[in-house]
Amino acid sequence: MVSAVASDSIMLSCRGLWKVFGPRPGYYFDTTGYRIDPGALVARLRQEGHIPAVADATFDVRKGEIFVIMGLSGSGKSTLVRCLSRLLDIEHGVLEFEGRDLSRISGRELTEIRRRKMGMVFQSFGLMPHLTALENVAFPLKLQGMARAPREARAREMLELVELAARADALPAQLSGGQQQRVGIARSLAPDPELWFLDEPFSALDPLIRRQMQDEFLRLQRQLKKTIIFITHDIMEACRLADRIALMRGGQIIQIGTPAEILLSPADDYVASFTAEVALSRAIRVRDLMTPGGMPGAADGPAVAPEALLETLLPDLASGRRQFAVAGAPGMVLHSETVLAVLRRDASGTEER
Amino acid sequence: MQHFTREEMIWAGLLAVSLLLVGLAHHLPVLRGFPAGLTLPLSEALNTVISPVFETLRPLGRGLSLTIETPLSAIRAGLAWAPWPATVLALVALALYAGGRGLAVFAALALGLVVLMGYWPKAMNTLALVLISVPLAVGIGFALGALGHLVPRVRPGLTFLLDVMQTWPAFGYLIPLLLMFGFGPAAGLAASVIFSIPPMVRNTMLGLDEVPPAIVESALMAGARPGQLFWQARVPVALPQLMVGVNQTTMASLSMVIIIAIIGGFNDIGWEVLSAMRAAELGRSLGAGLVIVLIAVLLDRITRGLAGRRRRAGGWFVAGLIVALVLAVTLPGEALLPGEEAQRWLRRLDAWLLDFVAWSAPFFALLRDAITYGLMLPMRLGFAGSASPMVWGFSLSPPVIFAYVLVATGIALGLGWRRPGRGIAFAFAALIFWTGLPGFPWPGVFLLTACATFRAGGAGLTALATGALLLAAVSGLWQPMMQSIYLCAVAVLISFAIGATLGVIAAGNDRVSALMRPVCDTLQTMPQFVFLIPALMLFRVGEFTALIAIVLYAVVPPIRYVEHGLRNARADLTEAGVQMGATKWQLLWQVKLPLARGSVRLGLNQTIMAALSMLVIAALVGTRELGQQVYVALSKADAGAGLIAGGIIAAIALVADRLLRAPDGRSGGKSGGKT
Repeated sequence: MVSAVASDSIMLSCRGLWKVFGPRPGYYFDTTGYRIDPGALVARLRQEGHIPAVADATFDVRKGEIFVIMGLSGSGKSTLVRCLSRLLDIEHGVLEFEGRDLSRISGRELTEIRRRKMGMVFQSFGLMPHLTALENVAFPLKLQGMARAPREARAREMLELVELAARADALPAQLSGGQQQRVGIARSLAPDPELWFLDEPFSALDPLIRRQMQDEFLRLQRQLKKTIIFITHDIMEACRLADRIALMRGGQIIQIGTPAEILLSPADDYVASFTAEVALSRAIRVRDLMTPGGMPGAADGPAVAPEALLETLLPDLASGRRQFAVAGAPGMVLHSETVLAVLRRDASGTEER
Repeated sequence: MQHFTREEMIWAGLLAVSLLLVGLAHHLPVLRGFPAGLTLPLSEALNTVISPVFETLRPLGRGLSLTIETPLSAIRAGLAWAPWPATVLALVALALYAGGRGLAVFAALALGLVVLMGYWPKAMNTLALVLISVPLAVGIGFALGALGHLVPRVRPGLTFLLDVMQTWPAFGYLIPLLLMFGFGPAAGLAASVIFSIPPMVRNTMLGLDEVPPAIVESALMAGARPGQLFWQARVPVALPQLMVGVNQTTMASLSMVIIIAIIGGFNDIGWEVLSAMRAAELGRSLGAGLVIVLIAVLLDRITRGLAGRRRRAGGWFVAGLIVALVLAVTLPGEALLPGEEAQRWLRRLDAWLLDFVAWSAPFFALLRDAITYGLMLPMRLGFAGSASPMVWGFSLSPPVIFAYVLVATGIALGLGWRRPGRGIAFAFAALIFWTGLPGFPWPGVFLLTACATFRAGGAGLTALATGALLLAAVSGLWQPMMQSIYLCAVAVLISFAIGATLGVIAAGNDRVSALMRPVCDTLQTMPQFVFLIPALMLFRVGEFTALIAIVLYAVVPPIRYVEHGLRNARADLTEAGVQMGATKWQLLWQVKLPLARGSVRLGLNQTIMAALSMLVIAALVGTRELGQQVYVALSKADAGAGLIAGGIIAAIALVADRLLRAPDGRSGGKSGGKT
């Protein structure tokens, strides 16, 4: 993967971000410039009755990518996203949004940024029970002082986008969970934000609806191309949606990488145990395993798409095909040996763990 | 024998001390009542402070009084000018809007009855008082609640203030208010507002606190400024809870407006009841009482309907108002009211009721004697006082004393063998039963109260409780205070026994429950004043009548809480009980009631609160306790005495509340009826 990214392609950047709950969290961070080992500080905070909910988080979110933060409950992922949106104050560290340090701006500026540039979707929807679907979607625009007619027109447009225009006059209590979350999504998109936070948006939904909403979400993203920070505790969901995943445990980020990187080379046993349940054949794509070098024309049979999942290759593998050409990537091939090695891990992995 | 726990050691020690005190009290009269030589003229001292202070506040009070009275007289004049068909139509339209067709029909019937009985002008005067008092209380209550929500630091102080406002009998602070506002509706309105603010504050804080965090966060992320967050997110989301507050505030306000009629000068429906009761006109007081109940139920259902309502078309409401306005302008006002016909009916009802009372007198006399001799006298005079030829037909001879001690000791030891706590509790009960509550040696009362409050609530509660006891003692109110505690204890015993039984039955039988719910609703909606009417009718003036009125009012909480607790006992645990082969009774006593303990305790707490708040009103029909002191102080315009007696009642209520809310289950039983 590319390691050095041009700075103008970075939307949100955080460096050494800390969030601590407890009687006097500020006490541990008042020495500027002095940096101690995060692990040691976490241990000391815990010992002295504090909860380091986010410890030394450092990462960049690039424009247009889906950045998934995943971890079990209590891992600090929800706290982290609330720090990024500044719903919570940050103890220590730098948080830059389009080159401005969010931890040092005034409340008024922050409100302005939230109104124009940020949108957020919540696990429990957060819809106003006394407003209709349409009024809920128009709510952020109303706060900005937009007149009734244009804001309702925009809200209607948003409801059409999430295919809920027919229920515009329903109150939240009259909508199903999936429909309520569509309203939540439409509301968060109404001011056309650049940065879109989704905090476990589908966790409260039934598995079937969840799958459907994920597809819907990917469709929306193809259409809108927002920069997205997506929180989830579901590794399958993370692998389906993410461009990159940050895995959290006990407040610390333990690995950042593409789904394939996380699945194929987990940073430690914890990550490995996490990913064990994922069927690799359904999560790894051709582009994750393709290598340069195959002789041109050596591949027999038609080329495969780079986004294709490994499981789609099974019939060809069974018929003894040795390698695959990749459509749209001249000079890249996928060796059947590599695929089979991954599939073998799939089979043995479930037994071992 | 089991080992004693630390707690049991303490109470066993206290038992020994109490025994010693009771023994000594037979020879040392100084231990029985608080010595008169130690009292101080506190109320006079207080008066010399209060009078000048409130006199100097008079200009302010006059100003406030004028600002209240102008809209009040405007509303009164408006309601008096409007012909009744117009007002009835407007109210029916409001009822239709708030609660649907059923409520509209009820409103039409109820208001029609009020008109027919000839109480329309008086009812409108009462309504005018409520219409002024409610917006004031709601406005102030909302502001205080919002303050409590926004500034958590003021919370503890505010909650304490609310507790005091709700438990301090209004008669107790009526005199200073009269001093400040002068004689007139303003003082009564001020008392009513003070009494009805707390529910609004509590519901405002509750509603604002319970706005889901996701809604607050989503409003923040939508870019809400602090003001927008409060007015456009928190307040609308909390609105249903705020409307519950408006409902409770309205009911409290109505209740108080009617009680405050005692100072006179409103020509309202409360005054009608009071004067009818004083003249012993049963039919008239019953008729006026019925009007109060109808108004109360109607106001309750309308405000509750508005609370539960979400976006309903107001077309009919507006149409009804317009027609009402047209009627108001076109119809002549007072000419339409029915004449003397209804009053004559009421007088006939009066005669009929007198016949009924005379006819049923033997039965009610039997009931009264049974409870008086079986429960009230022994609680008041104790076994030692009741065992006389006049009361029980035998005297307190040495063999009788010996037998009592022997039986009591035997049972206490039997119970205490396995569970020392129960033995100690029984021994205390036997000791109190021996002396009677008011006759229990005062140093013992101090000691037991101090210990119980300290174990349950710490030093602060002990300071409050012993402070109140000390205040009562040195201001010469020891006997009235003990009488209050005794009357309350008897009322709570009866109410709780009846109420809990009904609650258990209702929990097991859906039909009984459905039958009981509207009855309980109505009883809880009725202003306290109304409970005096049937009690007075059947039993005449006296302590027993007061007891009946208190019981009528305090019987609802145990029904509600016991049924609620039993019905909400965790289903998996009761299923486990059934699976293990528990019989119906075993299931009730060994599974469901223990599971419902929290709810039952809360029910007991609410019973005590209800009984204490009714105490002062029941004093109107003749008691010998603190409520009577408050009432006497009011009639003598003795501000200091009223404040002291009222303050002691408030302190008793606060201490009882804290004792029963303490998480540890032991304090309640051990201290007998001490607080």
